[in-house]
Amino acid sequence: MADYETHEYDVLVIGAGGAGLRAAVEASAQGATTGLVCKSLLGKAHTVMAEGGMAAAMGNVWPEDNWQVHFRDTMRGGKMLNNWRMAQIHAQESPDRVAELEEWGALFDRTDDGRISQRDFGGHRYARLAHIGDRTGLEMIRTLQQHAVHRGLDVYQECTVNRLVKDGDRVSGAVAYWRESGKPLLFRAKAIVLATGGLGKIWSITSNSWEGTGDGHALAMYAGAEMIDMECVQFHPTGMVWPPSVRGILVTEGVRGDGGTLRNSTGKRFMFEYIPPMFASETADTEAEADQWYNDKTVRRTPDLLPRDEVARAINAEVKAGRGSPHGGVFLDIATRRDSEYIQRRLPSMYHQFKQLAGVDITAEPMEVGPTAHYAMGGVRVDPETQASSVPGLFAAGEVAGGMHGSNRLGGNSLSDLVVFGRRAGLGAAEYAAGLDELPATDGGEVDEALARIRAPFEGEGKENPYTLHRALQDSMQEKVGIIRTESEMLEALDDIAELKERAANVTVEGNVQYNPGWHLALDLEHLLTSAEAITKGALERKESRGGHTREDFPGPSDEFGKVNVVGTLNEEGTVDVRQEPLPEMPAELQRLFEED
Amino acid sequence: MAQATAQPADSLDRRYGQTQRNDRWWVEPLLTGGGLLIFVIYSAISAVLGEQWAFETENHLLLSPFFEPLITPGWLPDFISPALFILWAPIGFRTTCYYYRRTYYRAYFLSPPACAVREPAGSYSGEGTFPLILQNVHRYFMYAALVFVPILWWGAIKSFHLPGEGFGIGVGSIVLTLNAFFLMMYTFGCHSLRHWVGGGLNSFSKSSPRLLRRRLWDFVTIANEKHRRWAWTSLIWVGFTDLYVHLVANGVVTDLNTWSNPI
Amino acid sequence: MPNAHLRVWRGDEDGDYVEYDVEYEEGMVVLDVVHRLQATQAPDLAVRWNCKAGKCGSCSAEVNGSPKLQCMQRMEQYPEGETISIAPLKTFPLIRDLVTDVTWNYEVAKTIPEITLREREADGTHRMAQIDVDRGQEFRKCIECFICQDVCHVIRDHPENMDDFAGPRFFVRLAEVSMHPLDTNPKEATVQHGFGLEYCNITKCCTDVCPEGIHITDNAIIPLKERRADVHYDPLRALGRKLFGGRS
Repeated sequence: MADYETHEYDVLVIGAGGAGLRAAVEASAQGATTGLVCKSLLGKAHTVMAEGGMAAAMGNVWPEDNWQVHFRDTMRGGKMLNNWRMAQIHAQESPDRVAELEEWGALFDRTDDGRISQRDFGGHRYARLAHIGDRTGLEMIRTLQQHAVHRGLDVYQECTVNRLVKDGDRVSGAVAYWRESGKPLLFRAKAIVLATGGLGKIWSITSNSWEGTGDGHALAMYAGAEMIDMECVQFHPTGMVWPPSVRGILVTEGVRGDGGTLRNSTGKRFMFEYIPPMFASETADTEAEADQWYNDKTVRRTPDLLPRDEVARAINAEVKAGRGSPHGGVFLDIATRRDSEYIQRRLPSMYHQFKQLAGVDITAEPMEVGPTAHYAMGGVRVDPETQASSVPGLFAAGEVAGGMHGSNRLGGNSLSDLVVFGRRAGLGAAEYAAGLDELPATDGGEVDEALARIRAPFEGEGKENPYTLHRALQDSMQEKVGIIRTESEMLEALDDIAELKERAANVTVEGNVQYNPGWHLALDLEHLLTSAEAITKGALERKESRGGHTREDFPGPSDEFGKVNVVGTLNEEGTVDVRQEPLPEMPAELQRLFEED
Repeated sequence: MAQATAQPADSLDRRYGQTQRNDRWWVEPLLTGGGLLIFVIYSAISAVLGEQWAFETENHLLLSPFFEPLITPGWLPDFISPALFILWAPIGFRTTCYYYRRTYYRAYFLSPPACAVREPAGSYSGEGTFPLILQNVHRYFMYAALVFVPILWWGAIKSFHLPGEGFGIGVGSIVLTLNAFFLMMYTFGCHSLRHWVGGGLNSFSKSSPRLLRRRLWDFVTIANEKHRRWAWTSLIWVGFTDLYVHLVANGVVTDLNTWSNPI
Repeated sequence: MPNAHLRVWRGDEDGDYVEYDVEYEEGMVVLDVVHRLQATQAPDLAVRWNCKAGKCGSCSAEVNGSPKLQCMQRMEQYPEGETISIAPLKTFPLIRDLVTDVTWNYEVAKTIPEITLREREADGTHRMAQIDVDRGQEFRKCIECFICQDVCHVIRDHPENMDDFAGPRFFVRLAEVSMHPLDTNPKEATVQHGFGLEYCNITKCCTDVCPEGIHITDNAIIPLKERRADVHYDPLRALGRKLFGGRS
């Protein structure tokens, strides 16, 4: 059959964002031979776009802070749908991961006494985000990248994995192709860590780059893994809305953390109208109290920093009520609230981004912002300790894994999630690999199948254009499975997806296999469609509104659905089945943390 | 070091031409190169002429900065200009200056003529070999230049005091004062000075002498960020000052001043 | 909608410029126009990109002959009707269209000494004042777009120097290590022969093109040259070291 190169590793890590790099570093430190594959060049992963910071209860700014408070904030932010054990591990271990990054060269902003400074963010009771201006993600990825290149890992950059291969029940390898030459590769591995990030490219307005096509979600499903709560997608409240070409690009929550406030077209600070009962006791209801909170944590916090789902819905409602900004968003104003020097020092890349891309000087005028598809809370169901999926040998960490963030992620919890669980996945995978004497087999015919599938778009007779199909999926999902969802629209979306799946089989690409973006998109389409189906089916199943999942036909949270995960798997026909399973029970001593509510 | 998958540079020409830039990239090297050339020719003439073209007013009020401080030992033959004792320092300082290096490498060596414009030379070894390795002596010229800062200020201050007449102000004294100021700002923005006062340290917070050096470093940084501006201002002005003093000393122009006794 | 007249490099080494007309809308950047071209007329046009917000440094190309991030060049700056040429980075081997092989940079990265901090304080923290990390933070803004590497004439016009020259991006890295307040690498580690600092003739094109505004020449390269002079080219300091030992 076709010619391909073969590489063998104890641990293969797919994805080189924060989670993938940290997993690879850990696996390699455990003595496992480790390969790292990424779709882009090393260091370009979407982690660089994370701006505000990395949540860790170090207590450098507020000594009152500790892991219990962080844990409680995370669970409440996720509307208690989180896997409690993951949230606990995350809150306990993230301070160590911050310290580790500093050890490896990260230069965090400092407090006056020379420790790592921490900033305020939505849903976090105390200023907790270790940061470097507003480019914390870049610092994280560069630090991990620089650390990794000295560890002797093999890095395969601009290389895309299209299928996992199994030996019986367990994973045994991955079939990939070089983006540059189009030539195929087979990775044989004892353990595989998925760290592929998100799936924002399912929607037309998204903060994600072209890479966020749900590859890992889909690869796991093809391999038979269970997914949880795929319907929980975070629409970040503040994406750019103008000019059209940058629509969706993220505006950091740090703008609000550093004093920025949301206003509607009448100039009103409308968030005071949208304080939900769950947060009423700790949210300021006057402007004076809200403004005092930035310096005095004994008063209640500003509603501008409510969890992201609340803010996104509020903006959505204001725009629908006709109180939006000229380009269909709302105003985010820091210019009238902080001086120019402060803004440029705290938010240099935001300043730069608006100045260059929108011609807006954020130190002098308000920004226009609106919700943008940002983050998948749901994902591969994993064991909290080892990040092992339901398929032996397959691990997942970072955005592609589910459970940690429940139905809504707090800002700043993502960067810490990446390194806390990236490390655990690397550890888990290395331990699992150490228990195998030899590489599992890859001779079951799946490799040839996958190779044929990769070539197919060149051989198709159909005339479908991959760009057109992708656009159609994005438009359908944006309209029908966006921030506010109803059953009838989602059923339509499922029909759209089924139709697009058929058309995707007829995609034909022009040109040759060398660096051909049309071909790459054609191959990613299947992943996008599979992930979109899992999200839509999950969203139909969850008949309540919770966190990032809002149903117009079931506007409130329900106790019944608050106790279950929606579990999705791919069936024989290649469509998604969903079922409900009870959440793991939280031990009594942790439940006590919530009793004061 | 890494193995490059090097391609011969002339294949670049074949592929892309010497440059795809469509702006007027040649204006800057032309202006800066021309400006430097004019200055060099003028100052060479002024220095070589020495005593043959009076450089100090008879009342000793104004002395050209090319000759400050005036050193005229008896053994010096008449045909050797006293500028010899002075000019080696500013010439050496400016020649090895990081800003001027940028300028003359671009304008005269065409290495490169402008960014993303192909340079003509077939090979290149930078500042790693003789004679360009000598650029590393910049710091020693910087020490010398620092000595000249108070000397030039002294010359400027003297120009406010006419022997026998006392304090006054003239156009010449203002010209000399500005000259001292511009040269000071140019010298204080020196990259080597910036390194010397604090740039060589990696942490400033540990002790008060270090904090002081950080302040000095901050100060030098302010001047350093405008090093190009001060380099040109001081260069043009020192040339003008020399010319002005010559013209006054030779009676071509009259120095307007408060002593109201034209020289 | 206004119309852009593009002249885009197509193909590999033996390729050529191909002219296209693409309609665009207000607020678009060069990369948007290239994407529109890709979606409508040239589906196999190879272009590298990720974030589209000037943060990842993937979409570097030479626009009208100057290296730029395509995602940060707004179309308004080009007079309508004027041809805009878009070419790949010229210093690196061409793969196809606008995509070049930048592997060399990743190979150089492996040679840069690793930051190795000294022991933590008794309370388990590292203490660094903000004024001590300011300089390093400027360097760490680098998004590795490799535009500075591309524009540097030392390798752009003389590729044979690539074996001995790390390039501006990695001088920034070296400065970062050299100036880290708690790093324990010996002073010589970052200024030794082999990185090719002496090839730089400080003509400052790297600084001119840096999309992050890093003062590569003034804050990284020249300070490194001065540190290098301390170690290798300063007879008084060498004498001082001989007489008094120590590290002055």
